[in-house]
Order: sequence, then structure tokens, then C-alpha cells
Amino acid sequence: MGRADFFEGLKGGIPVGLAAAPFGALFGALARDQGMSLGELTLMSGTVYAGASQMVGIDLFGHNVQAWLIVLSILAVNFRHVLYSAAITRYIRHFSPVQKFFTFFLLVDPQFADTVKRGESRKPVTFAWYLGFAAMVYIPWVVLSFVGGLLGSLIGDPRTIGLDILLPVYFLGIVIGFRKRDNFLPVVIASTAASAIAYRYVGSPWHVSIGALAGVALAAALPPVKSNRKPDLATENHEV
Amino acid sequence: MTDFDPHMVLLIFAAAVVTYLTRIGGYILITKMTRIPPRVEAALNAVPAAVLTTLVAPAFFIGGWDTKVAMAAALLAGLRFSPTVMLITGWVVVMAWRHFAGI
Repeated sequence: MGRADFFEGLKGGIPVGLAAAPFGALFGALARDQGMSLGELTLMSGTVYAGASQMVGIDLFGHNVQAWLIVLSILAVNFRHVLYSAAITRYIRHFSPVQKFFTFFLLVDPQFADTVKRGESRKPVTFAWYLGFAAMVYIPWVVLSFVGGLLGSLIGDPRTIGLDILLPVYFLGIVIGFRKRDNFLPVVIASTAASAIAYRYVGSPWHVSIGALAGVALAAALPPVKSNRKPDLATENHEV
Repeated sequence: MTDFDPHMVLLIFAAAVVTYLTRIGGYILITKMTRIPPRVEAALNAVPAAVLTTLVAPAFFIGGWDTKVAMAAALLAGLRFSPTVMLITGWVVVMAWRHFAGI
């Protein structure tokens, strides 16, 4: 059972690993461009393991920003993980403490989305499945960061090969995968407005925390939806 | 090439630690609660869409027409087809736009 679950996890992780790999390579190339060494950027991908915040981090390294401000910015971008770890708790109660330690270390956006999806479709969320899925995302991410750093100068401007469009489209795909949820449209509209305004007047990376807070606060403030929830979430489509 | 600057390494570990704290923080908070009130649950359900929207919206608003059109096309594709088709649609449209309309 453990082995079958592990392989099912590996299989489920393939599209995510494939989608993340170019960004790993892109991170490596950009980090090299900002003056990080190959060892440093690989260490960062292996220990921080959070795409968007790694990008924010290297962007700030290049601007000689004070260390505490960089760490605070990374915290702001990653703050959403507090809510992720709260949301998946109900599905991983049966994990051992050591398993939980690794579970939370590996909790990135697609890992969260697929864990919730699996839990809501009543399939067992086992540690073997979780680890299989994570392996397919983590290993390509770290390896491709290294390769991207190695090839850095060869990639050149990511715009000329259309790489810059993939990250926003990728996140957009995950967003619309949740479109059957209660209050989806009001939440998305609130987050869009708040993040766009914050981006303009407060600056990056605060637009992430401010925009997310606006959407979540609205969801909490709206009257609770008394819907007869069918397992429609099982049809949500956010593998990539 | 593979040298490690002590300050950089310290910074990377600090980034790793704060990231890990965010990843376990919600678990610690939630296990201290005996039951989840409906509004907290509604808030938790809104988390993924609310957060990921903030990574999408600025890209759309500050991006040029190439980005805006490609993202709109990808959105339409994503409503009907798989996320992979959506990614390819966005990429094809942006490359076509840049090729024919100039960057």
C-alpha cells in the first residue's frame, strides 16, 4: 500500500514537476545574474524551497537591501503558508511527528492544492503519497536551479523565449481550479483590487500579504453559505 | 563558482527558517483550537484563491498588451481545457504577439 501510494504520488507530481522545472532553471539563471554563486543558489533552492520568495530574495540581493528587510520580505511572500498548514492539518493528523516535520518543509503551493484535493475526494492522504508527490517537485526544482545557474548566461533575456508569461499563467491556472468554491468571485475580485492597489502604492512584496488578507477577510465577513455541498471540489482542476 | 560567502549563507538559512515557520505556524495555531468556527473555515477555504490571485493580478496590470492578451487567452483555455493546454496557449499567444507585433 505504501509503495503503491508512493508511485501514485510520483505520477501525480509529474505535471507539477515539469511546470516547476523551467522556473527552477530561471531562478538559477537570475540568481547567478544577481551575483550568487552556484553553491549558494542551489543551497537556497534546497533549504528555502519556495519559488516566488526565492525570486523576491534574489531581486533584493541585487539591490543591496539590508538583510533583515530581505528576510521580512521573504516572510511576507511566504505568509500564505501559515494558512496552508492550518488548512491541511485535518488531512494529516495521523502522520507521526517526524513525518509532519517533513510534510511542512515540503508544503509548497501545488503540494497544498493536491493534498486538499485528495483529502476532499476521500482518497487516503498517506505520507507515502505525499512524499512521492513532493519528490517529483523538489528534486527537479533543486537540480534545475543548479543547471540554470550553470547555463545562466546562455539563457539571456527570458522574454525572448516567452518564459516570463509562464509563471502568471501557472498561478492563474491554480486560481481558476478553485472556481467552484463558495464566494470564489468576490474573493478573487477583492484580492485582485487590493493586490493591484498595494503593488502600486505600497510596493512588492507586500501586495501578496495585503491582497491575500483582503480576500480572506471578505470570505470570513460574508454570511456563511448554506449550500448543499456536493463533492464538486473533487472535479477541481489544479494539477499544474 | 561554488564558493560560499558566510553572510549569504546566513541570509539563506534565515530565509529558510522563516519560511519553515510559516509552513508549520498554521498547524500549531489550529491544533490549539478545539473546534473550527464556520467563519474561520470560510476564511481557510478562501486562502488558495485569495493568495494566488495576488501573484496573478499585478502581472496582468503592469504587463504590456502581449502579457494581457496572452493571460486572457490562457484564462479562456483554462476554463475548458487542462492546465497544460492553458500554459501552452499563454506561451503560444505571447510568442506570436511578440513575433508579429514586435516586443
